[in-house]
Amino acid sequence: MSTHEETPVNVPAEGELYGYLAEYDTPGELVEAARKVRDAGYTDFDCYSPFPVHGIDPAMGIKRTILPLIIFAGGFTGAASGILLQWYCNAHAWTWNISGKPTWSIPANIPIAYELTILLSVFCSFFGMWALNRLPQVWHPLFRQDRFLRVTDDGFFLAIEARDRRFDTVKTKELLHGAGSIALEPVYLDPDPRSRQMPKWITAFIVASTAFALIPFAIAAKARNSHSSEPHIHIFPDMDFQPKFKSDTEADMFPDGRANRGEIPGTVARGWLEQDETFWHGLDNGQWTTGFPKADGNGQPFAVDDKLVKRGQNRFNIYCSPCHGYDGHGQGMIPERVKSLGGVWQARNLVEAPTADGKGGVVVQMPNGQLFNTISNGFNTMQGYAAQIPAGDRWAIVAYVRALERAQNASRDDLPPGSNF
Amino acid sequence: MTTEAAIPTEPGKAREYFRTVTKDVAWIAEAPKPHKLWLAALTVAVCAFGWGIFCIYKLVMTGIGVWGNSNTVCWAWDITNFVWWIGIGHAGTLISAVLYLTRQHWRVSINRSAEAMTIFAVMAAGLFPLLHTGRPWFAWWMIPIPNDMGSMWPQFRSPLMWDVFAVTTYMTTSILFWYMGMVPDLATFRDRCAMQGKNLKSAIYGVLSLGWRGSARQWHRYERAYLILAGLATPLVFSVHSVVSFDFATSQLPGWHTTIFPPYFVAGAIFSGFAMVLTLLIPLRYLFNLKHIIKQEHIHAMCRIMLATGMMVGLAYASEFFIAWYSGNPFEQFTFVSRAFGPFWWAYFLMVGNNVLIPQFFWSKWVRNNNILIWFLCICINIGMWFERFVIIATSLARSFLPSAWSYYHPTRYDVGVFVGTIGMFLMLFLLFFRFAPVVAISEVKGASPEAHAGGPGSKGGHH
Repeated sequence: MSTHEETPVNVPAEGELYGYLAEYDTPGELVEAARKVRDAGYTDFDCYSPFPVHGIDPAMGIKRTILPLIIFAGGFTGAASGILLQWYCNAHAWTWNISGKPTWSIPANIPIAYELTILLSVFCSFFGMWALNRLPQVWHPLFRQDRFLRVTDDGFFLAIEARDRRFDTVKTKELLHGAGSIALEPVYLDPDPRSRQMPKWITAFIVASTAFALIPFAIAAKARNSHSSEPHIHIFPDMDFQPKFKSDTEADMFPDGRANRGEIPGTVARGWLEQDETFWHGLDNGQWTTGFPKADGNGQPFAVDDKLVKRGQNRFNIYCSPCHGYDGHGQGMIPERVKSLGGVWQARNLVEAPTADGKGGVVVQMPNGQLFNTISNGFNTMQGYAAQIPAGDRWAIVAYVRALERAQNASRDDLPPGSNF
Repeated sequence: MTTEAAIPTEPGKAREYFRTVTKDVAWIAEAPKPHKLWLAALTVAVCAFGWGIFCIYKLVMTGIGVWGNSNTVCWAWDITNFVWWIGIGHAGTLISAVLYLTRQHWRVSINRSAEAMTIFAVMAAGLFPLLHTGRPWFAWWMIPIPNDMGSMWPQFRSPLMWDVFAVTTYMTTSILFWYMGMVPDLATFRDRCAMQGKNLKSAIYGVLSLGWRGSARQWHRYERAYLILAGLATPLVFSVHSVVSFDFATSQLPGWHTTIFPPYFVAGAIFSGFAMVLTLLIPLRYLFNLKHIIKQEHIHAMCRIMLATGMMVGLAYASEFFIAWYSGNPFEQFTFVSRAFGPFWWAYFLMVGNNVLIPQFFWSKWVRNNNILIWFLCICINIGMWFERFVIIATSLARSFLPSAWSYYHPTRYDVGVFVGTIGMFLMLFLLFFRFAPVVAISEVKGASPEAHAGGPGSKGGHH
């Protein structure tokens, strides 16, 4: 530190003087020098070192940064926006009813609010620190000094800027000498003002990349404000396009050019033979049968017994009673509802007895086969129930309707002898 | 650390030390030709990564049916790998943040590479939840942005959504923390390249170092920001693995539905992370001659941490069994008996053997000095911790409530391929990092050395 050298300046001094740059041998000496400079009343000076030097902040009189306050504001914003975001999404704009639980429950929203608090605090720490440090900066006069390249390796520097009101070309130099500098050199601004601007290629890069980044948004904006008859672009086709034929379309692979393949003559699809015309269609030699099938669709004996009637009751109450009523009088809950709305409509009375001259009592007079056919294929406004109710169950309903008719039109003579009704 | 009394006060002595530190780290990036072993390792890693990309291509184009996942074992290697990788990442944050807050100065030799490991591990981890959705192009549905599906917003009360927020926050924080720590060292590289006349490299490092000039006023804010970031990263790292464990703990499956999961997962994450740090650093330290920076005592310290966390994990295993018995819940008991003695018994014993028994070797000082043996033990711990996650995920699912649905898990070559691919990617990125970036926090090593106080008032009398 005793060797003073006035380094010859290798840059022509045509620019404005920025200040004096002094180099020190050790971190400790830098701290001592910083204290002397501060005590001499300088404010526009800075120390430069490869690592944060212990004790330099009080020596230079650096005030505590306001960064923690910025970070606190960021963290608070994160917590608030996390809670608000979740409230808006899940409790306001789109409420989820999950087993009737409340739509808004803070404990389940803590983790995301917590993470957002940290995320925004981190952004504020990182970007806030660089902003307060005025970095990134594309130029600095100190970088013109070859000596200053060692500041990131082993060099300890102190620079007093010419803009300081106490700056004096003679006194400032003496002060830095006296503070034990091992080298001292003046620093000049680059005479070319363009060197203090952002290099053109960086500006060009930022402009170009911003423009490119806007392209997708521009395309989206255009698409939202224009009409097109083209099918929309499938970036990810998912399963919208499948290598298969849809019905009634063309297919080159078949000689007749049709995608639909008809039945092969002389064949019946499994389960569609329906050979027994009584069981499947209610017919007996081309006429409506008046009895019941002898066998079910599988050729097994078909018995009309108590079990069948009970099954019929069960099916009837499910499928028929809404219109026809539980007792078959045609006053189920749907006609009731029509009535309550002021309309007049009644379903067919299934149990109405015919008059003596044979009028009315349509259902009672129907052969079993026709009743079966009506259940299967519908009548007037009633739809067919073949799709919902298997054939065996439809026969069970027929049996139950017969039982209902009997019951609703019973007379005292129908009672077994000896009963005391 | 060297003794405090050895602070050099003669001129140039401290600077010589600083120069040595810079050179010892910077030569790796400045060497004109990379080390042959480095090239060989990079080749292997790139091949594995390429194979992984092919498997991912097949997976995305075909669907996750190419994996061995089934209706019963619906989460298997995918989520196992996810938890394993993210756990590995946690050691990096622990070293850089928690040890920073607790003033463990030895961390400076390894924090940079551990942070890099964190980032690459989280990148590998993030792939798995994305891929296992089957249609990763719908991942944006998890981001709360207005969309054309009416008011279709994410369900924020799902732990899977918490996961998205936790992991992305963790990734962002880790990258920013890592990059911020690296800026002064990138400036070192910039200036060295400028001194050597390598203008292009200097310009690249120059852009990356943002014009850093080591000003005391900048250091002041930088250190504040660094301290606060460490303070933020610490609760973050604990929250991330807790949230990962919620993916399981909030479900009602025996074997997952336990309150012990958050601390148990965090301890396991630190355990596996330190094992991975040593797996990477022991060979690289030899290869790049960093033995005087990453010292044997640092390896000792990491072995001790593994010993401690390994026993915490062992305690968690034991507690799970105790609670299963103590709860009197037959389903819970069945799950744990079946975990240890059921069809996956071999996985359970790999887990206990590697995670509880293997770390016991670190009691011995002889073992802690034997780096080849440590490296081997660390590989065992990596395997054991992978099996821990596999055991938790697959065995609980394979024997769930409905015995008719019970099944076994067989991985396919795509399970293996994607996993190997992420290992390849991780190693590739880590090796590239080791070649081109400042692998040791140069400024922090200098700042933590006794030479950093040289010339100060305390060193006047030759002692401190």
